[in-house]
Amino acid sequence: MNTKSFLFINGRKTFFENERNLLEVIRKAHIDLPTFCYHSELSVYGACRLCIVDIEGRGIVSSCSTKPEQGLKVQTATEELRQIRKISLELLLANHDQNCTSCIKSSACRLQSIARRLGVSEVRFKTVESHKPKDESTFGIARDPNKCILCGDCVRACNEIQGIGAIDFAFRGHEMSVVPSFGKELGDVSCVECGQCARVCPTGALTPKSDIDRLWQLMNDGKKYVVAQVAPAVRVALGESFGMAPGTDVSGQLVAALKYLGMKKVYDTSFSADLTIIEETNEFLQRKTKGENLPLITSCCPAWVKFAEFYFPEFLPNVSTCRSPQQMLGSLVKKVLPKELGMHREDVIMVSIMPCTAKRSEANRSEFALHGTPDVDLVITTQELAMMIQQTGLQFTSLDPEAFDMPFGFKTGGGVIFGNSGGVSEAVLRYAAEKLSGKQLEAEDMQEVRGENGIRQISVNLGGQELKLAVVYGLRNARHLLNEVKKGKVQVDFIEVMSCPGGCVGGSGQPVSFETTTRRERKRSLYRADKTMQLHASQDNPYLAQLYQNVLGEPNGHEAHHLLHTTYRDRSDIFEGEVVLSNPDSREMVELKVCLGPNCLAHGSDEMLGKLVDYVAEEGLTGNVVIVAHHSTEPCEDGVTVHVDDDLVANATFDTVRDTLLQRIQYARENA
Amino acid sequence: MSEVQTTTVNLEEIAAIYKKNAECLTARVIVCAGTGCIANGSKKIFEQFQQVLEEHGLQSYVDVSFVKEDDHAGIHLSGSGCQGFCQMGPLVTILPEGIMYTKVRMEDVLEIVEETIIKKNLVQRLLYKDPVRKTVCKGIGDIPFYTQQQRFVLKECGYINPEDINEYIAIGGYTAARKAYCEHNADQVCSIIEKSGLRGRGGGGFPTGRKWKVAAMQQSPKKYIICNGDEGDPGAFMDRSVMEGNPHSVLEGMLIAARAIGADEGYVYVRMEYPLAVERVRKAVAAAEALGLLGENIFGSKLNFRITVMEGAGAFVCGEETALIASIEGKRGMPMPKPPFPAESGLFGKPTVINNVETLASVPLIFNLGAENYAAIGTPKSPGTKTFALTGHVSNTGLIEVPFGTPLRKIIFDIGGGVTTKKGIGKIEDFKAVQIGGPSGACISPKYLDLPMDFDSLRSINAMVGSGGLVVMNQETCMVQIARYFMEFTQSESCGKCVLCREGTYQMLTLLDDIIEGRADEKTLVLLQSVARAVSKGSLCALGKTAPNPVLSILRDFREEFEAHVTEKKCKAKKCKALLNPTIIQEKCKGCGLCVKTCPTGAISGEKKKPHVINEALCIKCGACYTACNLKAVA
Repeated sequence: MNTKSFLFINGRKTFFENERNLLEVIRKAHIDLPTFCYHSELSVYGACRLCIVDIEGRGIVSSCSTKPEQGLKVQTATEELRQIRKISLELLLANHDQNCTSCIKSSACRLQSIARRLGVSEVRFKTVESHKPKDESTFGIARDPNKCILCGDCVRACNEIQGIGAIDFAFRGHEMSVVPSFGKELGDVSCVECGQCARVCPTGALTPKSDIDRLWQLMNDGKKYVVAQVAPAVRVALGESFGMAPGTDVSGQLVAALKYLGMKKVYDTSFSADLTIIEETNEFLQRKTKGENLPLITSCCPAWVKFAEFYFPEFLPNVSTCRSPQQMLGSLVKKVLPKELGMHREDVIMVSIMPCTAKRSEANRSEFALHGTPDVDLVITTQELAMMIQQTGLQFTSLDPEAFDMPFGFKTGGGVIFGNSGGVSEAVLRYAAEKLSGKQLEAEDMQEVRGENGIRQISVNLGGQELKLAVVYGLRNARHLLNEVKKGKVQVDFIEVMSCPGGCVGGSGQPVSFETTTRRERKRSLYRADKTMQLHASQDNPYLAQLYQNVLGEPNGHEAHHLLHTTYRDRSDIFEGEVVLSNPDSREMVELKVCLGPNCLAHGSDEMLGKLVDYVAEEGLTGNVVIVAHHSTEPCEDGVTVHVDDDLVANATFDTVRDTLLQRIQYARENA
Repeated sequence: MSEVQTTTVNLEEIAAIYKKNAECLTARVIVCAGTGCIANGSKKIFEQFQQVLEEHGLQSYVDVSFVKEDDHAGIHLSGSGCQGFCQMGPLVTILPEGIMYTKVRMEDVLEIVEETIIKKNLVQRLLYKDPVRKTVCKGIGDIPFYTQQQRFVLKECGYINPEDINEYIAIGGYTAARKAYCEHNADQVCSIIEKSGLRGRGGGGFPTGRKWKVAAMQQSPKKYIICNGDEGDPGAFMDRSVMEGNPHSVLEGMLIAARAIGADEGYVYVRMEYPLAVERVRKAVAAAEALGLLGENIFGSKLNFRITVMEGAGAFVCGEETALIASIEGKRGMPMPKPPFPAESGLFGKPTVINNVETLASVPLIFNLGAENYAAIGTPKSPGTKTFALTGHVSNTGLIEVPFGTPLRKIIFDIGGGVTTKKGIGKIEDFKAVQIGGPSGACISPKYLDLPMDFDSLRSINAMVGSGGLVVMNQETCMVQIARYFMEFTQSESCGKCVLCREGTYQMLTLLDDIIEGRADEKTLVLLQSVARAVSKGSLCALGKTAPNPVLSILRDFREEFEAHVTEKKCKAKKCKALLNPTIIQEKCKGCGLCVKTCPTGAISGEKKKPHVINEALCIKCGACYTACNLKAVA
């Protein structure tokens, strides 16, 4: 079409093109209608009723769920709309824990800011006195149902971005609430602590958990030598908490601030990211040569690792055995510093500053501790660091910049871009290129790796060898890709997985921002930082060579393995075992195992189990059949999975299971 | 793939065999097996008939295909769906005489068999006596409850055996579907329904033909028909009765709808609280499949259509179409914003037509009657008839059907037999209000008694036909309590998705509680009104948008009652305990002692035939004395 489409907003002609909904057109026309439940990266929900508009001939509709159409006459601020919005806010506030002053989300709370914007000066309704218990069961995320406004953003983020569905709505009417499955706590379900729920939460209902007080105590304990490591994504986001533009690189002030706070040394996680590249690329190329456990899947992201343990245990051999950069640095520092300082290991405290809520959970994994003292003692998020700086009254923006401490503060660009989705892949390629072709890669070659899509596939020819890579962010995308790999539809050598959209820059420990542009600015800033560095390839980091010489020996060698690598555990059996429903004592016995995992349940496995129990009783087979309910690890996305002895009945129906069962009983009788 | 059927079902042959067998039999006994009559013991009565007939040497046939050719004394004994006159149940109809016996008990069966079936005499005491004209009525031919109605969708409901597909075919069933599949193209089928003017009976009144056309226009290899049988309004049982009484009419309507839009799969979504409806619809689907009326290559047209019966899980909101779709998809039943409408993107993202049970049951009737003839019934803009569940303070509660445009007065006073009070049938002044359209309908005051009941005139007074619940209320009713009752229902049934419905209904309920419990001031009413308006204008789905209707209509038509509660702290109907402060008016009290007998705490005392007094310290403000007093001496 040559003519541009237009509609009228408050009488003014407004053109529109590819906007997905009326709300986007209105916002483009410089009117920022408030919303709680609209996120451009999530599906349209239409529940907060704040973006309502009055369309001539149609009446009041929510603009987020309305398609822009030629000639529509839209009013955004009639008296009626104003009243409805105000009443909506009053209704929400009446049912909201109003201890705003002591809320961690205060000042970043959308409920607070929108109420102020809409001029809500009193709540005319009776406030609801409810004190639902808080959920502090995970390391990374705090859940306070009393502050929930039921916008459903967290539910959709968990489902649509991560494909997990650890939380959902339960109950009706005023009883409705967001709960983990079966009413358990988050720590008891298959939550991976990625914190995307907290990132989108407009209020203080879901927040990154805080460990500041413990850190203050440790730093004020004269016996402890507290050192810090800072993840790459932190430096391009922290400034936002002090009014600086998103993407401002505040590395210098950050180091200075940490020193002011009392850190003896400030190291850079980018250093151990370089180290990760050396270890992981060597591991990758070895596997490639041997043709085993491919594709290699990255292991830097702790939420992804947990996800793999929960949902894809069959891919655990593919996951790189490399510890994440945080854990590598923790392990190294705890190896080197106590000796250097002549201190006990437990008196050297390693604190990491991370953009992430899952890193704390990672630091607490038992495999990352020696004699009970963890390699990384404490993890705080970017948000918490900002809070600590504010608590001390430091004037962050006017601090004189300082440099990271050596040697673990020196890095190449390869270690810095780790904070972006695609960064690990690019750094691996920079190293692999030199190893395989002896040449450096140009930035132009990396356009695809640096792309914006949630799933990207890249093929690179290095010295005659074709390397196929896939880069994904969002665990839902990871699930999709892995299923394709399983089916043989996608064949790749290397997969990089980051749980958060855009990688660590979009982590949920970062300063709260509801703007989609923020993440893009952080990402650009990391690539700019890479550009301005003298060294870009991890293998060029001179301190790494020294480290291998003095401490680690060969890459992937014995000591390196001991300090820098790890193992994983199949956690798909979230119920920790199985439930035996009947256990007869007979030699003619057949075992019937029905999966009650979430997918099978959704396909009616509970109902089938009931039918089978009845059938066995009715047919007088109770003496012959052991009935077990369990959580299987078999592929079950298409239907119910049942095992009859060793036979797997996939996509089981009652009839197919019964037939298999009868056959096996017959067989057992004959062989008894 | 199963084998394609090569021969198509011969409806005429089935009908002929059925009729031949049925005609052999001398009489037919129809025991109402609607839910109301079953609750009153009609199943046992049915069994009693079987036994007594056998004892009298009479062979009874439930399924006429088993009739022996030489049996000329056999009796056709069948159960039926709801016959409508639930107030007088259990009902037993005897054919061919057309006798209807009411309130039949086990011990009456012997007399009915001996007197009526064998000797052809009437059992006078079981006949209905019209309390107004004081006449005895023989059956539906002269019972005013029936003669004042026009039973169209319900016509066969209380007559045919819902579990016998052959009987449905014998009365012309599935011929309309055959016409749709063999004689018309999809566009013509849509046009017939469009021409008939049929409007959706689920509440919205959207033109059915137009809905079908939109779905028919969509380019999609997969489309669905959904029958919405999730009738959740308290006191409403129209759809239930149709599904229980004539399930094949619904299936035939779905078949025709499928033909119209090009769907090959359908769902009947029935609420699980209707086990009998679920069972009968499931049986009906199985019977239709067995005859090849559902499945592949229907009527040799090469078109396929299958029906799955699905039970709801008990959420009222799943009657809302987008929530219903979510429920079928296995998701939480929560509405989605419209557009897109289901006709464009519905079940599993495919074009889907959702019609209410009554709408679909009307479809084959329209085909048989002709679109023009159908359009002539009712009013020009609301053609056809509408079923209503008549309940509350009314003499004849039950299931009725009248043409659109029938005034309320006729429904309540002629068909319903008038308003009841605690003292029996009352006068017209005893009528206070009628709540129409379920929990989100409006309360209509006596000034609208002559308003024709149709979609548009009801909408003009901010009321709606809704699904068709009619709750009649007498002067003893407190309208504030009524508002609270419905608000409590919608609040607990709100899916909780959108802020205005979830929190708004909760706060309205809280405000109504304040009023009822004497905590309200003038600000309460202002706030109640404004939050009610906000909820009705701004909510996401129809449940939320209509939830404030009872409150808004009562605020409009019974405002003085609200104001009395708020400013004078008085409840005229004496139903709000907190506002009661019973005192005995000394001048009016004759000391009869009735109140003394009913007072549960012994708070009233006095000498016989002298004015009594209430001891405030003992009074629990239950209001029993107020109700007991015939002299209105308690205030």
